[in-house]
This record gives sequence, C-alpha cells and structure tokens, in this order.
Amino acid sequence: MKYTKDHEWLRVDGDLVVVGITEHAATALGDVVFVELPEIETVVAEGDEVVVIESVKAASDILAPTAGEIVEVNELLVDNPGLVNEDPLGAAWIFKMKLDDLGVLDDFMDEDEYNDLIG
Amino acid sequence: MSDLLKLALHDLHVALGGRMVPFAGYDMPVQYPAGVLKEHLHTRTAAGLFDVSHMGQVILRPKGTLRDTALAFETLMPVDVLGLAVGRQRYGMFLGADGGILDDLMFANRGDHIFVVVNAACKTADIAHMTAQLSGACDVIPVTDRGLLALQGPLAEVALARLVPGVAAMRFMDVAYLTWQGAELWISRSGYTGEDGYEISVPAAHLQPFAEALLHQPEVMPIGLGARDSLRLEAGLCLYGHDIDTTTSPVEAGLTWAIQKARRAGGERSGGFPGADRVLYELAHGPDRLRVGLRPEGRAPMREGTPLFAGAEPVGSITSGGFGPSVGAPIAMGYVAARHAATGTPLLAELRGKMLPVVTAPMPFHPTTYKR
Repeated sequence: MKYTKDHEWLRVDGDLVVVGITEHAATALGDVVFVELPEIETVVAEGDEVVVIESVKAASDILAPTAGEIVEVNELLVDNPGLVNEDPLGAAWIFKMKLDDLGVLDDFMDEDEYNDLIG
Repeated sequence: MSDLLKLALHDLHVALGGRMVPFAGYDMPVQYPAGVLKEHLHTRTAAGLFDVSHMGQVILRPKGTLRDTALAFETLMPVDVLGLAVGRQRYGMFLGADGGILDDLMFANRGDHIFVVVNAACKTADIAHMTAQLSGACDVIPVTDRGLLALQGPLAEVALARLVPGVAAMRFMDVAYLTWQGAELWISRSGYTGEDGYEISVPAAHLQPFAEALLHQPEVMPIGLGARDSLRLEAGLCLYGHDIDTTTSPVEAGLTWAIQKARRAGGERSGGFPGADRVLYELAHGPDRLRVGLRPEGRAPMREGTPLFAGAEPVGSITSGGFGPSVGAPIAMGYVAARHAATGTPLLAELRGKMLPVVTAPMPFHPTTYKR
C-alpha cells in the first residue's frame, strides 16, 4: 500500500491502481453522508478533483493522485456512504485507475512514512 | 489563535474527548468521540447536554418600573415585551434602522427585571446597543459569573428532574429559579434543537459539578456544535450570521410569528421600533423574498452559498444546508424571490457546475416536540 499527502491510499490490483482514503482521513471527515463518484473512462491529470465526499460537517474533494484513466468506481458508496467510515481501507475503495506506468507509485509514501506524516 | 476565549468547562470538554474548534471567538467542542451523527440522533431519542456558555446573558434591571423597562426594550424590537407574563420567555430580535436583523435573542420576564440571552458573536455589540438605548430606563448588566447549559431531548425532563425536581412542572417557554446543592439555577424550558428541553444558567462555582451530575445521568450524552447545527437546521431554526443578518428583515426571514399583534398596524403599540416602516410595509404587502425550506432531490447536501435558479433565472441562494440525520436526507434553507416561495416549487441549485433539482418544502423538517 502507498499513501499520498492528501491522505489517500493506493493499492495495485493487477494492472490497475485502487484508490481510497485513509482511516485518518475518514476519522477527520466524520460521518460520511454522500459520495459523488467520477464517470468511468474519465482521463484525469494529477491533482484533478475527481470525487466529492461530504460528511455531516463539510464537503471534501478527493484529488487524482496521479495521471491516468478512471476505469471503475465503487457504486456501493452511492447508497451506503457510511461505508467510508466503517471500512475505509477495504470495502470503501473509491475508484480504480489505469496508469501508463505503474512505476510512478514508487514516488508515494510507504506506510511508515505516512504514519510519520500523521504523527 | 491565542486570543481564542476558553470556556469555563474547557478542561471537561477536552477530558470528554471533544474536538475543539474556534467558534464566535471561543474554543468550542464541535463533536465528541461519538461523532455528529450519533450525537444528533441521541438528542432526538434521549437527552443531549450542550455547553452554550459562550452566549451572552444580560440583566435589564429597572431604574423605575418594569413597565418602563419593557416599553424601552420595545423600542429596539418589533416584539410585545409589555404583554409577556411574569415567569415567561419570548423570542425577539434587535432591528437596525433599515429593518435588518442585528441579532436574535430570548428574553424573560422575571418579575422585577428582564433577563436576556443573546448570541455569542453579537454579544459585545448587543450590550453596547442596549446600554446606549436603554440606560434611561434600566441598568444593562452583563452576567459574567455564570455558565449556560442546554439539556435537550425527550428524556431531558426525566434526567434533569432527578437533580432538580421542580423542572417537571414547567411548560415550554416558562422560566423559573430553582435550587441545586445550594446554587440558584435560572432555568427556562426552551432550547434550539426542536426538542423539549431546558436551558440552565449556573453559577460559575457550580458549573462543572452540575454539568458532571447531568452527564452521570444514563440518558445524557455531551453534544458538540456540529450536532447543534444539524438539530436546529432540521427544526427550521435560523442561525444568526447565516440565515438572518443585517441584510434580512424579520418578515423576509419568516419570523412574523414573533411580531405580536400589539406591534403591528392597528395594534396598541404599533410600530415604534427601528425599521418599522419596512417591517409594517412588508407585513401588509409581502416581502420581495422569503426564507424557505429546501429539499434537494438527490443525496448531495447543498451548503451555504449554493445559488438557486428557476429555469435559467437566478432567484436566490442557500443560507444553511447539510444532511439531516433524523430526516435521512439532505435539507437546506435559503432565500428565494417571493413568487417562487410557495411550498412545492421546483427549483435548481448550482452545485459544482451541475444544475440539480431541489424543491421548496415546509419547515420544520423534523417535527418539534415542545411541551406546551
């Protein structure tokens, strides 16, 4: 698992990368009540706002961690946004991306580095 | 950040796991570990304890008669102060010369004086305003040696009555002096959640033990500002600085229920308050815009500032919005042009570049349970 400074996690699944938010992010957001997913086949650049997560408190944007194409989204979150709080690292994955080169994942933090970040 | 004021119960909030955020100049708990959703639902089904000590408590002590103080107070508000019985509380609002709302407040007739509770963010200005305008009739005395707690929810009565039995006999908007362990409590049966409940002014020395005694009751859980906001939104209640402010009149805000007959055209003390021309005109002819409830048709919450349209025509904007935990759906309130304000009017809200359907809806969104 790799991590971004925006509190997303990235997991390689075959030739795809699965993206979600970390437990730390889910806790900070509070009870999630709405997830707006991107359209599949959307080509995104690094830093594009691709997902909106709303908690009872506020709306937060989830950014594309790197350039690529959105190929799958987790439709479960539409009817059950609370899954983001219950299982942020597992069942509440948000979208899957196809990258040109999986090698870019080396640039992200590993678990120890991320844990240092959230200290 | 260092100039944030600390509540007297600051250490208790931290010990309870409160996540502290700046609000109205104070460091306040926005939520406790249970989280906003659980805190909200607990208040609707049991009892929630809110620390509202940031709010301003003020005594208007007559220099002459209470009647003269009541009449003087009426020069600041479109509200019947004189007609308020001893032991009763009423909602009011200070108006500016143009009829805009300077603050909203609660005031009580306590027999020999008037007790006022105002919003934290406005309290300094309110006290200056009252001092400047009322000093001929009364002394304006800020109460600085007391905290203010709210206990809200269907089990508030049973929980509080274990400590203070006299509260059970109170009705909605009654006020009373009652005693707990030798401390004089100033209690009103009121609140800002849409639930039955109480607001309790407690002497500083007794504030922490009294709050802890309430928290020891099995029905009671501490509730932060996050749930306070979602509760009052579901109850259709205005948050000053958002749903009402100096640019909104009480008629536009739908607060005409708070303008009693005595102050309206033809009443015994018609007018005589700031902005009376506008307020009486709007009462007679209707305002140009109105505060309405809004139900987004999808699941996306619509927050403050979201623009509203009828077709392509801009007709207003949202002033408060979010997810209503008891409603189980997004809810909002905002201002729209009067011709689009009728309940059931379909409108569009511009959210992140998309036009999403929303419909005007009656408030409260969740039924109130005041003990009348």
